[in-house]
Amino acid sequence: MNFELPRIPLGEGIEAVLDFLVKHLAFATKAFSTVADQGIRVMEAAMMAVHPVLMIILLTGIVFYLTRQRGVTVFTFLGMGLIWNLGLWSATVSTLSLVLVATLIAISIGIPIGIFCALNSHAYSAVRPVLDFMQTLPAFVYLIPAIPFFGLGRVAAIFATVIFSMPPSIRFTTLGIKQVPRELVECADAFGADRWQKLFKIQLPLAKSTIMGGVNQTIMLALSMVVIAAMIGARGLGGEVWRAIQRLQPGAGFEAGIGIVIVAIILDRVLQKLAKQ
Amino acid sequence: MEKIILKNVSKVFGDNPRKAMAMLKEGKGKDEIQAKTGSVVGVNNVSFNVNEGEIVVVMGLSGSGKSTLVRCINRLFEPTSGEIIVDGQDVTKLNTGQLREFRREKFGMVFQNFALFPHRTVVHNVEFGLEIQNADKTVRREKADKALELVGLKGWGEKYPSELSGGMQQRVGLARALALDPDILLMDEAFSALDPLIRRDMQDELISLQQSMRKTIVFISHDLDEALKLGDRIVLMKDGAVVQIGTPEDILMKPSNEYVAKFVEEVDITKVLTAESIMKKSQDVAYLNTDGPRAAMRKMKNNAIASLFVLDKEGRVHGIVFADEVAKLIEKGEKNLEPAIIKDIAKVKPDTPASELFPLMQGISHPVAVVDENNKLKGIIVKGLLMAAIAERGGNV
Repeated sequence: MNFELPRIPLGEGIEAVLDFLVKHLAFATKAFSTVADQGIRVMEAAMMAVHPVLMIILLTGIVFYLTRQRGVTVFTFLGMGLIWNLGLWSATVSTLSLVLVATLIAISIGIPIGIFCALNSHAYSAVRPVLDFMQTLPAFVYLIPAIPFFGLGRVAAIFATVIFSMPPSIRFTTLGIKQVPRELVECADAFGADRWQKLFKIQLPLAKSTIMGGVNQTIMLALSMVVIAAMIGARGLGGEVWRAIQRLQPGAGFEAGIGIVIVAIILDRVLQKLAKQ
Repeated sequence: MEKIILKNVSKVFGDNPRKAMAMLKEGKGKDEIQAKTGSVVGVNNVSFNVNEGEIVVVMGLSGSGKSTLVRCINRLFEPTSGEIIVDGQDVTKLNTGQLREFRREKFGMVFQNFALFPHRTVVHNVEFGLEIQNADKTVRREKADKALELVGLKGWGEKYPSELSGGMQQRVGLARALALDPDILLMDEAFSALDPLIRRDMQDELISLQQSMRKTIVFISHDLDEALKLGDRIVLMKDGAVVQIGTPEDILMKPSNEYVAKFVEEVDITKVLTAESIMKKSQDVAYLNTDGPRAAMRKMKNNAIASLFVLDKEGRVHGIVFADEVAKLIEKGEKNLEPAIIKDIAKVKPDTPASELFPLMQGISHPVAVVDENNKLKGIIVKGLLMAAIAERGGNV
């Protein structure tokens, strides 16, 4: 007997949902598009307006001001110098802009969600599986919905990066607030603090270093997306790597790769230092 | 006048309080209710009054529901049933906003583990209650400074809690509650986390503060000594219910049932009073090889005492010197204290019961040294202190 199970039209269903969303969420995608595109434009313009050497000195100064550590400062100066020397300066600027804009968007959505989840256990049990899903889905897959929403280009890249890098911001914020000792929250209650006073005077300040840890993770994840995002038209260091792969130029590919590592190390050290303060 | 009235207050934790309450009314036990409904009875039908200006100590072993009860009073825990009337207002009837106002106005609370905010300086901790009420900045600082001075921490305002010792931290906790000048202080095992000597200092200080403040204080404790010392009245709890309410004398002399009797018998004064709970801080000591006869004599004169313990650099007890012997050394022009030191002296451990101290103190004229396992001096006991401690607690000497 020849009996065939009908195939479940999962893919078709998802497409239908996407179509629907593209059609009806135009206002949201447009807003996102504007924020992301303008953000990047402004940042790139600002960083390119100054001569690279001056910019390197400025960045080194900022890193020293934030960390007060000689090692990281020297590393920043030499690393950035190397990048400039290799002719990767403008690519680095565009990567940095992309990462920073994506991170800003991710944390400005993620931290409020995290706070909400910490204060509302029902919300957390609803959000958690979504977070698990977001983190286990291969990063490539995020590129797919990004394209119908935003077309090829860096806005789609930012969108994919935001989605991919947001979960740690949410998780760490929730964790940080939940970790505030119960007795301290109880004490605030006993003195008649309302919800916002509790949040801003007690819970957030005490959760700060954990939240900063989440921000750090978010930036690192965003940076790890740059090569993947290059496939849909983000330029920058990721774009250089992607081009090198297509043209079989291992040397150039490694140069751009090392550039990414340098940027990652600098960001990580600075953020770790900030989290500890 | 009655400041706080508790009427049939019960608190059940769990998903099905109604069923548990019904079983409670039938007189079922705590364990049975927990087995059948999964709900835990925290407080079972408690009624008592607290008068204005009175210290009521709610005392019981851990798990007796005393901490739960105090949290019901300001509704940190929602009572399952019953009325709690403070200044004529039933607290259980207040809505969220009114409750917040009521807490700000009436209650100051002090916590077992201090609950100081680690990210705020001492003075900002003390200001917290006023800050919540949006008080003016200068007023806030003024009141906080005053409260800090009251608890003896003037000048410590800019430190962080982690830089302070346990005793000082709890002073901050107390100052934070006092800064608001509330009518009612709720003190949840406020001194339990402190070392015995510091705990006694704090108790003494609370008593002397109370003489000028006349606050209404509900004090939670698991320590009978503390309850007897602080309480105008004591509420003894077991398994969430009240076993006896009365003055310290009532509790000691007229235990209302077997449980209280056993409790009090177990704390038969001379057996439960330990060296640690009677001892006082040594006013001064002499250090071996550092202090000569003249230095030792000056220390005795300054403190009006006739003997002085001699410690080595690590704080271990080496011996004792008496004023007359030291005077002889000075006459001889001796520079070293050594010849006057008597090494064979009475020493006891902190947990030595008072009953064993009596025979020991009969034969000797100098104070007894209380030392830890490393022979370090923890405190001293003089005869008068022992008698006073027993008498104060209503025992027969």
